[in-house]
This record gives sequence, C-alpha cells and structure tokens, in this order.
Amino acid sequence: MVSPLDRKLLRDLWRMKGQAFAIGMVVAVGVMMLVMMSGLVTSLNETRNAYYERYRLANIFAPVARAPDRLLARLAAIDGVGAVEGRVQGGALIDLPDTSLPVQAQAVSLPDLHEPRLNAVYLTAGRLIDSNRTDEILLLKSFAEAHGLTPGDMLSATMNGARRTFRIVGLAQSPEFLYTTAPGELVPDDARFGVIWMSNAALAAAYDMAGAFNEALLSLSRGANEAAVLAAVDRILAPYGGLGAYPLADQNSNRFISEEISGLEAAAVGVPPVFLAVAAFLLYIVISRMVQSEREEIGLMKAFGYTNAEVGAHYFKLVLAIALGGALAGCLFGIAAGRALIQVYTAYFKFPFLVFQLEPSSFITGATVSVLAASAGGLFVLRQVFALTPANAMRAATPPDFSRTGRIGQSINHLLDQPSRMVLRRLTRQPGRMAGATIGIACGMGLSVAMMTIYAGFDRTIDLTFSVIDRSDVAVTFTNPVSDKTIYELRRLPGVSYVEPVRLVATVLRNGLDSYRGAINGLSNDARLNRAIDSGLGTIQMPKDGIILASALADILHVSPGDTLTVEVREGRQPVLQLPVAGIAESLLGSPAYMELDALNSALREPNRVSGAYLSIDTAKAETIYRALQDMPSVAGVSLKSDARKALAKMMDQGAGAIRYVMGAIAFVITFGIIYNSARIAYADRARDLASLRVIGFTTGEAGFVLLGELAVITLIAVPIGSVLGHYLSFSIADGFSTDLYQIPVVFSPDSYGLAALFVLAASITSGWLVKRDIDRADLVSALKTRE
Amino acid sequence: MPKNAFTIRGLTKVYGEGRSAVHALRGVDLEIPAGEIVVLLGPSGSGKSTLLNIIGGLDRGSEGTVHFGDQNLTEMSDAALTRYRRDHIGFVFQFYNLMPSLTAHENVELVTEIARAPMDADDALALVGLKERIDHFPAQMSGGEQQRVAIARAVAKQPDVLFCDEPTGALDSKTGRAVLNVLKDVNEKLGATVLIVTHAASQAAMADRVIHFADGNVREVIVNNTKRAPEEIEW
Repeated sequence: MVSPLDRKLLRDLWRMKGQAFAIGMVVAVGVMMLVMMSGLVTSLNETRNAYYERYRLANIFAPVARAPDRLLARLAAIDGVGAVEGRVQGGALIDLPDTSLPVQAQAVSLPDLHEPRLNAVYLTAGRLIDSNRTDEILLLKSFAEAHGLTPGDMLSATMNGARRTFRIVGLAQSPEFLYTTAPGELVPDDARFGVIWMSNAALAAAYDMAGAFNEALLSLSRGANEAAVLAAVDRILAPYGGLGAYPLADQNSNRFISEEISGLEAAAVGVPPVFLAVAAFLLYIVISRMVQSEREEIGLMKAFGYTNAEVGAHYFKLVLAIALGGALAGCLFGIAAGRALIQVYTAYFKFPFLVFQLEPSSFITGATVSVLAASAGGLFVLRQVFALTPANAMRAATPPDFSRTGRIGQSINHLLDQPSRMVLRRLTRQPGRMAGATIGIACGMGLSVAMMTIYAGFDRTIDLTFSVIDRSDVAVTFTNPVSDKTIYELRRLPGVSYVEPVRLVATVLRNGLDSYRGAINGLSNDARLNRAIDSGLGTIQMPKDGIILASALADILHVSPGDTLTVEVREGRQPVLQLPVAGIAESLLGSPAYMELDALNSALREPNRVSGAYLSIDTAKAETIYRALQDMPSVAGVSLKSDARKALAKMMDQGAGAIRYVMGAIAFVITFGIIYNSARIAYADRARDLASLRVIGFTTGEAGFVLLGELAVITLIAVPIGSVLGHYLSFSIADGFSTDLYQIPVVFSPDSYGLAALFVLAASITSGWLVKRDIDRADLVSALKTRE
Repeated sequence: MPKNAFTIRGLTKVYGEGRSAVHALRGVDLEIPAGEIVVLLGPSGSGKSTLLNIIGGLDRGSEGTVHFGDQNLTEMSDAALTRYRRDHIGFVFQFYNLMPSLTAHENVELVTEIARAPMDADDALALVGLKERIDHFPAQMSGGEQQRVAIARAVAKQPDVLFCDEPTGALDSKTGRAVLNVLKDVNEKLGATVLIVTHAASQAAMADRVIHFADGNVREVIVNNTKRAPEEIEW
C-alpha cells in the first residue's frame, strides 16, 4: 500500500519531470565520468598487468656490448632475481616496396631450444619460427598491418651491413613493443618502426654474437630489492661493456602506456565533483521553489498532525529520488561508455585481450557522493519546511519584500523603464541565488574554455615542434658515431640544400635522488634546422660548456641554471661527467637535453663525431636522395618530418586526446542544466506577474523580456568570469595532460573563448526559448486566479 | 465611443469535450452601454467571470460574437487582443496582481510607459487617495492600499472600460467601500465604463445597470434608477 504522501511524491516527480530530468542528467554525467574513468583505468591497468604477466615481461633490461653466455648463471645467482634470459638484439633496416625510404627495425632473438623464459611473444597469425631455419622470422603485427605484409611474404633487411632476405612465417605481438619508437625519434608510429623476431643462432651469426648476448632480461622474485639488483647487474656486466641496466618503469613502451593511463586517472578525479556541486545547487533551488509554492499543503499536512520529520522526509525523498535516479543512470551510462571506450583503448594500446573490470567501489562512491551532494542541497530546503507553522503556512504569503534591496541602483533608475527595474531588482533581491547560478554557468564555461585551450595547445605542440624547433625535412641516423666527414658526403648529394650535424648520446642524468634516462643532443653552434629555443622562441646559443635542459626535464630533475648535474654516459667509454646547467629550453615534445657538439665530443674524448644529421632538401629530388641514403652503409635510419608530424597529430587525437571531446560535451550539459533550471524557476516564481503584465497589455515579447532579461544578465556576467576561470583551469588541465613525452602548452587562443561563450549563449538561448514557449501558451485566466 | 461599449450575440463557452464538457456560457445576448457602472451578479460558476474574461480579451468564446464598439473581438489575433487590452481596457483583480519588485508609483508607470494617452502616474495615485505612499513596495502596504494601487494602475491609461473581478473580495467592508468609491470616481471623472463582477448583491445599489447571471446565461437585466453612493452600502 503506497501512502498518500508517496503517491503525491510520484505525481510531483511526474509534474516536474523536465527539471528532474535535467538535474538527474547533471548527476548522471558526474557519476558516469566517475564510473567510466575509474572502470577504464582499472581495466587498462589490469589488462596491462595480465598481459605482462602472461607473456613474462622482464622487470629489468640490461643492455651490454657483448657478454659471454656463462655470465647468465652469475646474473641468475643475484639475490632477488627470478628468471634470466640472454638475447641478441640489433638495429636493422627494412626495404619495403611501398616506400622508397628504408624503415628502421629492431631484430630480437628468440631462444632456439626452449620457450622464452622472459619476453614471450603472442602469435597472432602463422606459426612460430623453426629454429633450424635461419631465414624465418616473426614480424610485429602492427607494423605488418601498416605495410600490408602477411605470413608467407618475403622481407629484405640489412643487418650489420649485410643485406638478407627473410620469409615471414608469423605475425606476433609482445608486451615489450606495445609502443614502438624508432631510435632518435619521439613519436610512436606503427609504420615507421618494425620488430623482427628470429632464431638466436641466426641473429647471433649476423651480429657476431655466437656464444654471447648483448641484452640480458631479468625477472625479480617477490620482495626483491630492485635497486640492489640493478646495481649488482651493472657490476657484473661492467667489464663487458654494460650500458646500464634499467627497470621496466624506464622501458619506452611501458613508460608511454603508464603516462597515458595516469592522464586518464587525473581526468577521473577532477571532473565529477564539479558536476555534483552543480547538481546540489540545482536541487536546492528547484526543491526550495517547490516548498515555497506548496506552503499551503505543508501547513495542511502539519495541521492534520504530520510531524516536521514526516513532512521533511517527504521532500527529502524527492531529493533522494532524483539523486539516486541520476546516480543509477550514471552507473549504467558509465558502464556502457566504459565498454565502448575500452574497445577504443584496447585497440589504441594494442592489447591482445581485454580484462574488462568494473570498479564496484566507483558505483558506491558515485551513489554516495551524489546523495551527499543532493542532501546538502536538500538540507537547506528542510530548514524552510520546519520553519513553517501550520497557521502561517495556510495564510496567503505576503508579496516578496523588495523594500530593502529595491533601492539598490537608484541612481540609474531614471535611465531604466519599469520592466528593466524589475529585472534589476530581482537580481539584487536574491544575490546568493543569482551568484550561485552565475558561478555555476561560469564553471561550465570555464571547463569549455579550458578544454578548447587544450585543443589549441595540442596544435601548438605540433606546430612548435615541427615548424619552429625542428625545421628540417629529413633526419638521418647513423649506425654508430661516425666522423663528421660524413656530413660533407651528405652535402654533396644532389638536391640536399643544407646539412646540420647532430650527436645523440644515451645518458642517465642525475641530481641527487632524481634521475632521467634520455639522450643529450649535441648541436652545432650555428644550428639552423634543429635548435634549442627559449620561451620567447628565440634560438639559444649553445654555450661552450654546460648543458641546456628542456623545462620539463629541469622540473623532473629539480634543477635550475647554475646547478651541477651528474651525467652518466651510456656508450663508448661511459664517462661520468659533472656539468653545469647553463640554461632552460622550451620544448613540447620529449624532454631533451642539449650541449654544444664540440663540447660534447671533447667531454666524451671522441672529437669530430656525429651520430646523425638534419637535412633540408629539394622535395622534387626526394626519391633520389632516399636511394642515395639507403646505399650509404653508415645510415641506420631516415625519417621524414612530415611522417613524424602526422604520427604525432594522430597520437594526440586519440587516447588521452579523445577525452577532450567528452569534456567539451560535458561543459555544455552543465551550462544547459543550470540555465534551463534557472529559467524554469524564474518562470514558476513569476508566472502570475507575467500573466498580469500580459493582461495589462504587454506583448509576449515584452513580458518575456522581464523574465529572460534576468537570465541574460546572469549569462552575460558569467561569461567574463567563466573566461577567467577557464584561463586558470587550463593551466591545471594542461598540467594533467602533459607527460615527459609531450607537454601541452597553455596558449591564449581567442577562438576558445569565443566558442565557449557561444556555447553558453546557445544553451542560454535554447533554455530561454523553451520557457518563452510557456509564456506564449500561458493561460492568463488561471494564472491570475491563483493566489500566491 | 458608440452608444454600446459591448454588443454580445449568441456567445457560448465550452470547456473540455464530450461527456466531460462544461458549458460556462450558453448563448449570451447582451448589450453593455458605454459610460455606465455595470454590476454582474450571480452565484459561483454562473459564468460571469467567464464573460468578463472574454470581453476583456483574456479568453475566447467557443461560438458567437463580441463587438467592442464596432471592433469584432471574435476575429482578432492574439497580437490584436493584446493591443486591445493595452489601448482600451483596465483590469482590477481580487488579489491585486501588483509587481512586488516595483513601488506603487512604478507599478502605475508600468502602464503609463506603454499606454497611448496615459494620465500622469501621480494623478492616478491621487485619484485613489494614495499620494503619500507612492514610494512603498507592495509588501509594505495593506490589502486595501494594494488594491487602490491596482486601480490607479488600471485607470492611469485612461481606459474606455474598467473590468473589476471581485475587487473587494479580499478586503474588509470599510476598505471595500473606499475602493468602490474610487471606482465610482473613475466612472464619473473619466467617463469610463466600469464592469464589476461580484458576489455581494448589495453592491448592485451603486450600479446604473445590474445583470443577474445564472447557469451560463443572463437571467435578468435591471436598470437602476436609484443609484446609491458606496458609503451607503452595507455587505
């Protein structure tokens, strides 16, 4: 048996369904974001971990120049080490019929006699290699797909200077290569970097590694001390040219994925509270309006003997019904949106399978937080209910008193006609409510502005990286540091208009406990194509001594100009250098460190060496140039800036970048929710006034002005506040999206502000139009008969 | 103004359809002469307010015609009805319907700003005897004062017709008499036709003409040749 009060509740809900829906949606979007994002983050983390575990991804990677296989036993004996695998790996150049550019690849050996103990591969097509056949290879699936290669196809590649032809017998994936980036490049790209797996014997023969390995993989047993193991591995491998062992956390592919996932996590934390606060505010104004208009019923109920608590509970249930309805819808939307997005992310991260895991705690958090937020709004309403005594409630309310605030703005009164005065006085009479609505709209607008500023920032990153910092057309990498005479060879190629040397040196930079694995870019003093720039986009002159750090890197290492940095070089003689920080450079892609080329070479005691070059070319002669480069034995890789730019644009558009669109839509929902509800309430409050105006002879347009003028003022005040909010918000959002792989700058783009303002105005006009329709249809007679 | 302010022929008003249809007016034929005080009397639901709303341009009849002078209200668009109310009609309601955010003076100016040939707002307030309280907001005034502001607002445009729906319904008899006095003054000084809908039969004594309503039609029209002043009326 449903009690009469509950029946009233259901009917009230039905009567105010438009508003209940609008508020429920705001709650729902907040909860949806929470459920979707936390489900997404959990699922991605779980999937990644399951993938790593199932394919036994190593915990430690230890590259070395050449170490005999017998060392593997010593590595395995280190306290805390689980399994050890030695393998051969090396750079290769693949010739592809569909491109005249040679494509860089990494060749990796698979054990001949047993299953890989670590870093197993997941075969997606074809079969595994026959260890007796030296010409069989597995190819990375994403690379094969990018070039239309399938098992059975032949592939020719240059390894260690010798060109060989291989048969692709299968396609594979590996947790080690979820993201592949060619050496010396910063942007992952499936098409421009391949991975070849082949038998250990065959690869060892190609790289003169028979009975030896040049990379050790280690897993850690439970409770092992990673730092101690790393140090022990370095000690054992040092005499054999150990290049410094590093943990999984520093492994390229893993680092990229971790950064992306933590970006999602940041968004999951920031957005939902905004929504729930807005919902609380809306519930407060809507239900409080309802209590006001039902004061007679409240008085009647109390007169009949209902207690304060019972009457209060009745209205509180309404609040709860809307909040819980919204939360439930939010959970369902969140699950649906999470399922849809996780597919996108699975493809984006190239996970071969998916562990879809909902985060049950997010349902509970979502529901609890929505109810709490709604209750906060509801509590203020209850105060009004309790304060009404039956006798008071059943007497007609006196007209709202404007005598206190009605004098505000008297000095400009003579400039205003009566309808404008009504607008002004309503605004000043309930400044709290007006401020609430203004701030709410400003928040929605701020979110829009910030998100669009971020869009602009993505574009800026691309533009700054490829039009200002790197102005070359082609980047060439050499197999190992070569004499700078090679630069002259390149200059002589027909069609090459300018060549600039570069030396990339693998290092670990340390400042106290902070460290960063990365490369130092040795740039020539008069660099024109690839430069370090300062925050004013001016070229930074490379100092004779000292190192220039990208600002992101300086932040990671907590250093500023004048500090001294320890630089452990990870190639050649592996010297450890103490270098002063000479300056900070602006960089949006990667976290580079720069030195003057000659200074770098002399610090390494390897004068006149270069490891690569930037070229400016005549694009009409590009094909000839590529062929010539391919024939130079010292060339390890050639990359086109246009390809890199495309790859970066694609990457920024997907993944974390895709969240931008969601955020934009969300900002619209908030704005619309607030404006629509404010308009509805303003109308409900003043239906009788408006009817009176119509009776006196005001047209619907003139009456509409009195109602909507108030909304217009609120909106117009909210726009500049929203702009300022957006400006500051964009810094924190940009911070959340930025990683050490790329940084999102905050760019002042007038478009963002204009577009966000248009969003707000559009939401405002739509709400106004919906309410104006009601004014047009209002039944004048019945509006006048009701007693307020 | 022609001799008749309103000429009504065969006016019906039906709310709802089919079995639940309610016939509020059942073929009313009526003339209301210009410049008179006319009182419409009748029990609740007899149709008097419905008639007032239709000839006041707030509602439309289902069938029949209503002429205001020589203008046919029945054929007017919504915009034209708004224009008609704006130019010719003043309304006074039981619950005053003042704008709470405007002072007495400003409530009157609300009308004078849009009217064709308004009187001065101060004069309108003087007419209802509210010269001193013109800067008070509705919340600061008694019911009788609020009703007088409402009347000042209605007469400030110098309407041809003043419609009053239960103008004394929410007032005590002393205040009510004062309000009726104002209506009488408006009729005499401005020459406006005044139509008063009321339950209070005794108020008929101040009318030139009394129309009795019952069951959606005119039962009787009495021309009152012995008008009394509001002060002499008891109810």
